[in-house]
Amino acid sequence: MRAIGIILAGGNNNKMKELSYKRAIAAMPIAGSYRSIDFALSNMSNSHIQKVAVLTQYNALSLNEHLSSSKWWDFGRKQGGLYVFTPSITAENGFWYQGTADAIYQNISFLKNSHEPYVVIASGDGIYKLDYNKVLEYHIAKKADITVVCKDFPEGTDVTRFGCVKMNEDSRITEFEEKPLVCNSNTVSTGVYVIRRRLLIELIEKSAAEDRYDFVNDILVRYKNVKRIYGYKLNTYWSNIATVDSYFKTNMDFLKPSVRDYFFKQYPDVYSKVDDLPPAKYNPGAIVKNSLVSSGCIINGVVENSILFKKAYIGNNCTIKNSIILNNVYIGDNTYIENCIVESRDTIRANATYIGNNGDIKIVVEKNERYSL
Amino acid sequence: MIKKEMIAMLLAGGQGSRLGVLTAKVAKPAVAFGGKYRIIDFPLSNCINSGVDTVGVLTQYQPLRLNAHIGIGIPWDLDRNIGGVTVLPPYERSGNSEWYTGTANAIYQNLDYIDSYNPDYVLILSGDHIYKMDYEVMLDYHKANKADVTIATMPVPYEEASRFGIVLTDEDNRITEFEEKPENPRGNLASMGIYIFSWPVLREALITMSNQSNCDFGKHIIPYVHGNKQRLFAYEYNGYWKDVGTLSSYWEANMELINIIPVFNLYEEFWRIYTKSDTLPPQYISEYAKVERSIISEGTDIYGEVYNSVIGAGVTIEEGAVVRDSIIMKNTVIGKGSKVTRSIIAENVKVGHDVEIGIGEEAPSKLDPKIYNSGLTTIGENTEIPNGVKIGKNIAISGITTAEDYPDGVLQSGEFIIKAGDVR
Repeated sequence: MRAIGIILAGGNNNKMKELSYKRAIAAMPIAGSYRSIDFALSNMSNSHIQKVAVLTQYNALSLNEHLSSSKWWDFGRKQGGLYVFTPSITAENGFWYQGTADAIYQNISFLKNSHEPYVVIASGDGIYKLDYNKVLEYHIAKKADITVVCKDFPEGTDVTRFGCVKMNEDSRITEFEEKPLVCNSNTVSTGVYVIRRRLLIELIEKSAAEDRYDFVNDILVRYKNVKRIYGYKLNTYWSNIATVDSYFKTNMDFLKPSVRDYFFKQYPDVYSKVDDLPPAKYNPGAIVKNSLVSSGCIINGVVENSILFKKAYIGNNCTIKNSIILNNVYIGDNTYIENCIVESRDTIRANATYIGNNGDIKIVVEKNERYSL
Repeated sequence: MIKKEMIAMLLAGGQGSRLGVLTAKVAKPAVAFGGKYRIIDFPLSNCINSGVDTVGVLTQYQPLRLNAHIGIGIPWDLDRNIGGVTVLPPYERSGNSEWYTGTANAIYQNLDYIDSYNPDYVLILSGDHIYKMDYEVMLDYHKANKADVTIATMPVPYEEASRFGIVLTDEDNRITEFEEKPENPRGNLASMGIYIFSWPVLREALITMSNQSNCDFGKHIIPYVHGNKQRLFAYEYNGYWKDVGTLSSYWEANMELINIIPVFNLYEEFWRIYTKSDTLPPQYISEYAKVERSIISEGTDIYGEVYNSVIGAGVTIEEGAVVRDSIIMKNTVIGKGSKVTRSIIAENVKVGHDVEIGIGEEAPSKLDPKIYNSGLTTIGENTEIPNGVKIGKNIAISGITTAEDYPDGVLQSGEFIIKAGDVR
């Protein structure tokens, strides 16, 4: 095997609003029965990368629970496997991860003890399918030092929350601005990189010696003129879920036949932790239209243009429209919910109404008591 | 030293011939049930939920699907360093190689397997019942009674009692008499085919009876042990227990799952039922679909209408198709505009468009009225049904069928098409 994998799953930001209170972005539920990190993990597994480290520190409970066994992504191997690294106090270091480069630096022995020549670095908040071997081949063909997987957005899209990239005709990256105020390019970095393992160790150690902690600013931006940094254009579906709007929109994309077909019917598959939940149950009074329904749901009311994650209970005479109901939510009778994201494990009392706006999705967090069977 | 207090032996080798074309290619324990499950998931889940972590699964008839399903036991947490699940097919030996000729004979042929775990007790289970039961409670009962054998029993209506092994007990629940399928039953406590034996007692009985042909628990071992004046007790079970050995009982047990509050509830946190399932996306219900009083498994796409039905994983119900009172198993496709009523359609079946299944009046089956007698239309796995044909009731179809197989495009009630060779 030619590469090992690192998934940066540590982060969170205030653009996720209340959704970030409970979990790291990489653990955000996606498309009914997946979590965000499943996409990067499945890509690793499907690219035959057998040794993967997940670096995490923010509210890692959901993520650790999700990664409690590596067998779902076929990482339960004697050779390699899945490593989850949370920050730990050592003789040399008592700090949290102070940035992405620091996170790698604090686990540099993982890199040093491997023998594979290349490293694929991915983030846990991208929704996409990609054979990393294609990027690796491109990386080798271009004799690149670092290859950055990039995605073009349509003209006029606001891409200022991403790293903006400009390439020359040889696809070498000539400009790289992280989260610019004004962006004069519509090509963004997807946060997926390929680099030689020894070069990564060298760059990371150099940064650490200079008290620099961020992979993008302190390595990619800083070295863009010195090192050969190339862009690999991704032409298939890619979405980053790190804001409430993009999270909502990405989920709703899965109501489109083309997106479902691409992710779920075409090779290769996306894997996730399998829960032992019974089939979804539709009782008299259930009217479901253009919606995704996951295992363990029980539906007694109306559901339209929505995504029900696992174990949602929809009471009698409810109406759920254009909304996302996360895992294990109980919704009492006669409730009306429109343009909302209902946080997981919520209990919504009967006769409640929650309405958001189309462009301003309401996040519903209710911590009512529930007595389960 | 390896030591397990109790290990389970799960008899899963039978064909289950009364399920007709459903068991043509798979053993009955591997038949799908309740959308995403297979029948064997219930005893296996009961084992692990009861703390029994060593299970020998005895297979013989068409074991491929069963082997693939069980694997190394991961879904049931039965992948263990010591114990776990082991599939035990009959094997060749120097001297007298033979198939498993009876339930007790199958256990006898695996004496070494049982001995290797050095158990105090052996739990005998069969792989064809739907129930939730804590075997540990039964074991406590066995120990409290200082029993040699404990038989799980449940009361059945007197008129049905002659289908079962019936036990008569004294006031301490000690079994005084045992009758296998009596013509004139004197009691109604039926054996459920679940036994706990103290291993030395069972071991001795199996060895003594080893020359008995077709050695069977109900017919030979229990009477033998009883004849030795050993302590046999009846453990009375009053929960949900369903034998799904016939098409009508199989269909009914599935349909009971769609009641608003089913007696057999799969949605309880306590006593989960585990199964091998692939990572599948959620089900998609389209803009024009209607679904009511049904359970539907992952990865299914519904574009048509589904009422009172149990739908497996990865099924497609196309636009305008209407499915009523039916069981549709994994990866089957119901084509555009087709109407399916009171049918059991097995895995990977392709039903063309504008097909009608389950129409007209009932007529006795010309294939086997003992199997196909409840008005259900049964379609075996990997069958293909051409576009536009009409299919009646009490019908069995198996294999790739074409329009020529349907005279005037109609298969009258009671008819059958069996294309897959030696299948009944």
